[in-house]
Amino acid sequence: MELTKLTALELGKAIQTGQVSPAEAVQAARAAIAAHQGENNAFITVTADAALERARTLTAGKAAGSPLWGVPMAFKDNICTRGVKTSCASKILGDFAPPYDATVVEKLTGAGAVSLGKLNMDEFAMGSTSETSFYGAVKNPWDLTRAPGGSSGGAAAAVAAGEVWYAIGSDTGGSIRQPAAYCGVTGMKPTYGTVSRYGLIAYASSLDQMGPIARSAADCAAVLDLIQGRDSRDGTSLPGEYGNLLASLTGDVKGLKIGIPADCFGEGLDPEVRKAVLAVADVLKGRGATVEEFSLPVMEYVVPTYYIIACAEASSNLSRFDGVKYGWRAEDYEDLTDLYNKTRTQGFGREVQRRILLGTFVLSTGYYDAYYKKALQVKAVIKKAYDEAFEKYDVLLTPVSPTTAPRLGESLSDPLKMYLSDIDTVPVNLAGLPGISFPCGLDGQGLPIGAQLIGPALGDLTVLNAAHAFQLETDHHKQTPKGGDAA
Amino acid sequence: MKITEEMVDYVSVLSRLKLPEEEKGPMAAELEKIVSYMDVLNGLDTSGIEPLSHVFPLKNVLREDAVAPSFDRDALLKGSMGRDEEAFLVPKTVE
Amino acid sequence: MTWETVIGLETHVELATRTKIFCSCTTEFGGAPNTHCCPVCTGMPGTLPVLNEKVLEFAVKAGLALNGSITQHCKFDRKNYFYPDLPKAYQISQLYLPIVRDGEVTITWGDGNHKTVRIHELHMEEDAGKLVHDPWLDQTKCDYNRCGVPLIEIVTEPDFRSAEEVIAYLEKLKETLQYLGVSDCKMQEGSLRCDVNLSVRPAGSQELGTRTEMKNLSSFKAIARAITYEAKRQIERIEEGKRVIQETRRWDENKDATFAMRSKENAQDYRYFPEPDIPPIDISDAYLARLWKEMPEMAEAKRDRYQAQYGLPAYDAQMITSQKALADFFEETVALGAEPKQAANWIMGEVLGGLSARALEAKDMKLSPPTLARLIALVKEGKLNRNTAVKVFEAVFDHDGDVDAFVAEHGLEQVNDLGLVRETVKQVLAENPQSVSDFKAGKEKAFGFLVGQAMRALHGKADPKAVNEALRAALAE
Repeated sequence: MELTKLTALELGKAIQTGQVSPAEAVQAARAAIAAHQGENNAFITVTADAALERARTLTAGKAAGSPLWGVPMAFKDNICTRGVKTSCASKILGDFAPPYDATVVEKLTGAGAVSLGKLNMDEFAMGSTSETSFYGAVKNPWDLTRAPGGSSGGAAAAVAAGEVWYAIGSDTGGSIRQPAAYCGVTGMKPTYGTVSRYGLIAYASSLDQMGPIARSAADCAAVLDLIQGRDSRDGTSLPGEYGNLLASLTGDVKGLKIGIPADCFGEGLDPEVRKAVLAVADVLKGRGATVEEFSLPVMEYVVPTYYIIACAEASSNLSRFDGVKYGWRAEDYEDLTDLYNKTRTQGFGREVQRRILLGTFVLSTGYYDAYYKKALQVKAVIKKAYDEAFEKYDVLLTPVSPTTAPRLGESLSDPLKMYLSDIDTVPVNLAGLPGISFPCGLDGQGLPIGAQLIGPALGDLTVLNAAHAFQLETDHHKQTPKGGDAA
Repeated sequence: MKITEEMVDYVSVLSRLKLPEEEKGPMAAELEKIVSYMDVLNGLDTSGIEPLSHVFPLKNVLREDAVAPSFDRDALLKGSMGRDEEAFLVPKTVE
Repeated sequence: MTWETVIGLETHVELATRTKIFCSCTTEFGGAPNTHCCPVCTGMPGTLPVLNEKVLEFAVKAGLALNGSITQHCKFDRKNYFYPDLPKAYQISQLYLPIVRDGEVTITWGDGNHKTVRIHELHMEEDAGKLVHDPWLDQTKCDYNRCGVPLIEIVTEPDFRSAEEVIAYLEKLKETLQYLGVSDCKMQEGSLRCDVNLSVRPAGSQELGTRTEMKNLSSFKAIARAITYEAKRQIERIEEGKRVIQETRRWDENKDATFAMRSKENAQDYRYFPEPDIPPIDISDAYLARLWKEMPEMAEAKRDRYQAQYGLPAYDAQMITSQKALADFFEETVALGAEPKQAANWIMGEVLGGLSARALEAKDMKLSPPTLARLIALVKEGKLNRNTAVKVFEAVFDHDGDVDAFVAEHGLEQVNDLGLVRETVKQVLAENPQSVSDFKAGKEKAFGFLVGQAMRALHGKADPKAVNEALRAALAE
């Protein structure tokens, strides 16, 4: 059995039936990481020895209730793991090893997950290419001269390269969905508040949400079943019924009303992306869904609104990194202010500093009303527009990104251009909605194209089921990059 | 919206970032480009619209007033590069 | 020219919850540095705040007691600034929608003066840590035990005109919050701290002068002296033709003067914005109604009632309600059958005396109401005389105890055998002929001596009134 070709659920099944042991799965992951880490730099920290030790303690008998028992996975490096370095890909966190686990880590550990380590990313999840990491850029397994997307680029690259069967990423403005699209894998940002943020190092608290990156919508459903749920340690987590996504995936989309916002298919969209995404509508129509184009006239506001809110919250969230309590501290400071200035100026990369300055500006005296308050008002307008769309449609179909993966270095030179490429993903965070990104073809250069399905609040099952229906009908999600197999 | 180097200085001081002199000009230019783009929001009339800070109408998430054991002090202090056995240390602050 | 001093107060009061405002660490005072801490209150990355329900309840109760209007849709905001006592580099507080607005408090001071002070707002927030300079290391130590201890900040309008009024307000505030049980207001432990905003203006002027702020005054004495000093300083400056500078000043207790604090290197710009980690708070009418119902009778109401219902003099009512624990003690004692004036006498005399001799507060007293009630009953029933009762009181005060057992064990029961009393009196007269003739010669003092002799012969257990009467009768024979 070629383990790295299996989906997470297939491997989980093989472990449950005793065909494969968790230790064998870890060995396969370890070999794949050894083969690919040098070229794609997906990991910041690999914990293969600890994983192997843990895998040996997992007995198949305990797998009941967790279809992913014993399946190797990894966490993005902004998710706190007790005793394991958690860096946010920043110099400023140094070798910080949190003395606690994030709630998702606790939950997955309890469900038999075996972590192979911590995944590379844009520094503090700020970026769309995973090039701003202090630990070096991540490279796209489909083309090593290209970016894997960001900020969860390491997570998407590791899953695409077969190094782990699934990964947990975070998504503040598309950071799960866009790298999943660029790397040809499936990634889901669940409804805000359905996955506890406790232990996720905050970028923008009102927008951050963790979710899975895996090889299929069914894998994502299985992971979400394990990590969703109200957490008393996160005041913004939503109460509700959780845990039945996988069991409820039918692939039945008869009568599903799909809305296609014309505003997401206009100027700036790569024609090949347009064609592949619209083809998804045809496939679902073939299975009984109805499709209708409509107008969502808020798209020109979503990027500025997103960046004002995200940067404002980030400027506050990242103030705690000052060299005093944890992480890296500058040397040779003269006094307290000098300690703060040197630690933060030398410890944060340029993109992070830019966003902190921007966020500080929009909150400062004299500008709060014009920018921050205005953005919160526009956010209300955007949310209303989506609420209205969901009175008519069950899901919305859009591209994930206007283009396929850019060449390394191409985006960093023009930050505004990079921000604008987030147009299809950021409104989903602003409105707190579930969104799934899944492969729907390759462009002329052989690079994956991603499609996005967006659902109403708590409509996680609807988007998963629609993506699942597409994946029952097609095999785009089964394509892997050349050389993507373990040695 | 014009972003001057003085404005960059002001927000730098507030955020405890000290840009090298030669970076202030380029940073001001970058921020100006971004902020000018953000001005597109002024095209939307939002008068009378309540600012939306919390996207869902979740309310009154409260905790019971029951004591749980505090954390191991060494574990809390361990990650700091400036500490002794009982506290975090910083340069003299008291006047 | 005569000058008028205008003062506004910002008072921070620590709430008497068991746990911190956003985590389950204890709020207990003291403790070795950083031992009442967890990842949440030390601002570790990835941690999140969850509001303590008691903090909300206590803040609302305080607002109701201060006659404020409760903001039924309220939120928390972040106040951003860097300082090592604030590990997140922001304080979770309330700016835009504070829990209480527009309250008022009536204060009385001096010889029957009174006025109403307006409360601008009351909001909830978290306390910061403690910084201690270590001269050996020449570094500052950060202790986060206090980080996240819940506070309410009560901001008045600039309605005070003298230190006396300020102290009267603080006394009233302290009494109110203690009666509510929302704070113990121990200034020595920092659970009540004041920032004083002060300006001066020519008497009769309506315009406010430039104010200075004096931070973190932590005793009534310091507050009064700082106000006196600062008003004088400002007046002198103006009279010298100089201007008052708007600044923060520190009161130096030892030097008896205020000093300008080094101005921070930049203007304060706290960049407040709504706290995204804490959902808004909606206070329902039902919740308010429940808290109204739970509101205890406040000191003022008790004072009026004690006079009306129990016929206590105003002075007694004032004394007994000075501490809530004392008033509770009084009411329980009366409920057990003690005559109110008797109970009041015991409490104002022996109880307060005993507490003061031991430097205790009423709430820390061991003596229980049933014990005092029994003692009062024994005196009333004539089984103990008042003097012996005081001795019994002294014996049981520190640990409480069974009064009847003590009396029996020590044979203290009053001698009510009138025959025995007359017998003893006769004997005393026979033994002291000189005193008898002194008395008959008009020396009233001799009578006292004879009473003493008779009481001594009866081992102090007789009813002094009975001894008196027997003696008068015998001498008249």
